Amino acid sequence: MPRDTWLLFRHQLRLTLGGWLGLLFGVLQPVLNLVLFGPLLGSYLGHDSWQIFVPGVLIQLSLLSPGLAGFGIVFDARFGVLERLRVTPASRLALLLGRVLTNTVVLLGQAALVIAVGTAFGFRVPVTGLLIGLTLLLPLAAGLAALSYAFALALRRQELFAPLSSTFVVPLLLLSGALLPMSTAPGWLDAASRATPFRYGADALRAAFAGHYTSGTLTAGLAVSAAFAVAALAIGTRTFTRQNS
Amino acid sequence: MDHVIEARGLAKSFAGAEAVRGVDLTVRAGEIVGFLGPNGAGKTTTLRMLTTLLRPTAGTATVAGHDLIADPAGVRRGIGYVAQGGSTNPSCTALRELVLQARLYRVPDAPARSRDLLAEFDLADRPIGSMSGGQKRRLDIALGVVHRPAVVFLDEPTTGLDPQSRSALWDHVRRLRERHGTTVFLTTHYLEEADALCDRVLIIDQGRVIEEGSPRELKARLGGDVVTIEISGDVPHARSALAGLAAVREVRVTGRTLRLTVAPGDRILIELTRALDAAGVEPLSIRHTRPTLDDVFLALTDRKAAAHAA
Repeated sequence: MPRDTWLLFRHQLRLTLGGWLGLLFGVLQPVLNLVLFGPLLGSYLGHDSWQIFVPGVLIQLSLLSPGLAGFGIVFDARFGVLERLRVTPASRLALLLGRVLTNTVVLLGQAALVIAVGTAFGFRVPVTGLLIGLTLLLPLAAGLAALSYAFALALRRQELFAPLSSTFVVPLLLLSGALLPMSTAPGWLDAASRATPFRYGADALRAAFAGHYTSGTLTAGLAVSAAFAVAALAIGTRTFTRQNS
Repeated sequence: MDHVIEARGLAKSFAGAEAVRGVDLTVRAGEIVGFLGPNGAGKTTTLRMLTTLLRPTAGTATVAGHDLIADPAGVRRGIGYVAQGGSTNPSCTALRELVLQARLYRVPDAPARSRDLLAEFDLADRPIGSMSGGQKRRLDIALGVVHRPAVVFLDEPTTGLDPQSRSALWDHVRRLRERHGTTVFLTTHYLEEADALCDRVLIIDQGRVIEEGSPRELKARLGGDVVTIEISGDVPHARSALAGLAAVREVRVTGRTLRLTVAPGDRILIELTRALDAAGVEPLSIRHTRPTLDDVFLALTDRKAAAHAA
């Protein structure tokens, strides 16, 4: 299983990097957000705005990029690649993990670019905070990618994948508080936001980047992120393992 | 291992509708077997069950020495499967797909094996998106046999190919058996393909195998040869002279033309001309036509449809 995962990960990563134009546009939107919207936010939130905004853009990136990961499998299913792999002895879990790992590594690269651009604008983060932040962010992204694949496979009318998944991802983004912290939200919106995993991710990421390593917010975020990843991978594996009926 | 595929009562229903209603089939090592039937007859469903992609609702099968239900992983190691609609990513290259496939099957020295396969199937290492339909199809087959499986399943291998690519593909399939002893199980609705390629044909209709045999046997058993004779003289006289022959099954007359259904045989024309000579009838023309698998197929499915309607 680990060997099959590694083989499929390498294959998938090479294919993904071959389509570098897609990767570039994938990260372009968050970077544009940073460049064209970040300075404006500064005039409302003061000079601290980058400390709030860069983690928000990272959450946005980890929602949009893995959230649409299932798109890749829609094409693989149509080309027959998926079925070919399903007849090989490769474990079903490896078929999923190889892809999820690719999405996670790609996200890591995109996040590095966002952090670099943010740093150029004046964003500062301690190394420990950054590492803890990534430990939190990557499982969220991996889990979301797994769910995206499961959704794409389970969907009978696969042409609906893009509109349907945006319909899920955009509210998740708005409710996460990635764009503006939820602390200023009216009560009902705050409550709705607490029902989504990415809210905890966004709060905890800001706490980690601010160096509040012992805060309850950070602990809650790490716990939610891990639980989300485990549940999502379980659902993903089940979908991949199930024989077509 | 004598029997590479042995299925008993294999059935599959989707939401209560029976797609396959109990298929029995046996395929011996080294055979090329064609699975024929109209669209929706259950060909692809049967194939997908035999290749572990679908779980049967009833029945048992042993494929490549492993039990289909108890040991699907064992079956997967021993078979190759080439699906109908292709199996490759257009933005990948031929060699990279082959190497991945070889590694997933743990083939020793995957790159070398992959390059050998490119040569064996007349392919260059190019982006798959730039390949012709025939090249892509050959790559699909190369991917299916990368681990030298005992049996390879081809689902409508030549659908959509031009005649040249089709006959090239047939050569490759024959070579698989000649060089590596690979058993080939293919579905097709081109009867001409089954005729050219297969040792044995199974005909499936409405989810059941309704006939099997070599293309030659089927044609002999179900088609019968047709001889059309045009004469200038006394038609009833000629008719009675011919109808008495053992090989003649049926005589129909239209004007001056007699249409005879006869037992297949290479001496039939000689017998007929002698009988006409003996009766003093002068034939203007004699034409002998052998049935095609299409005739067999239409006769069979018509018969079934008629029985079904009754």
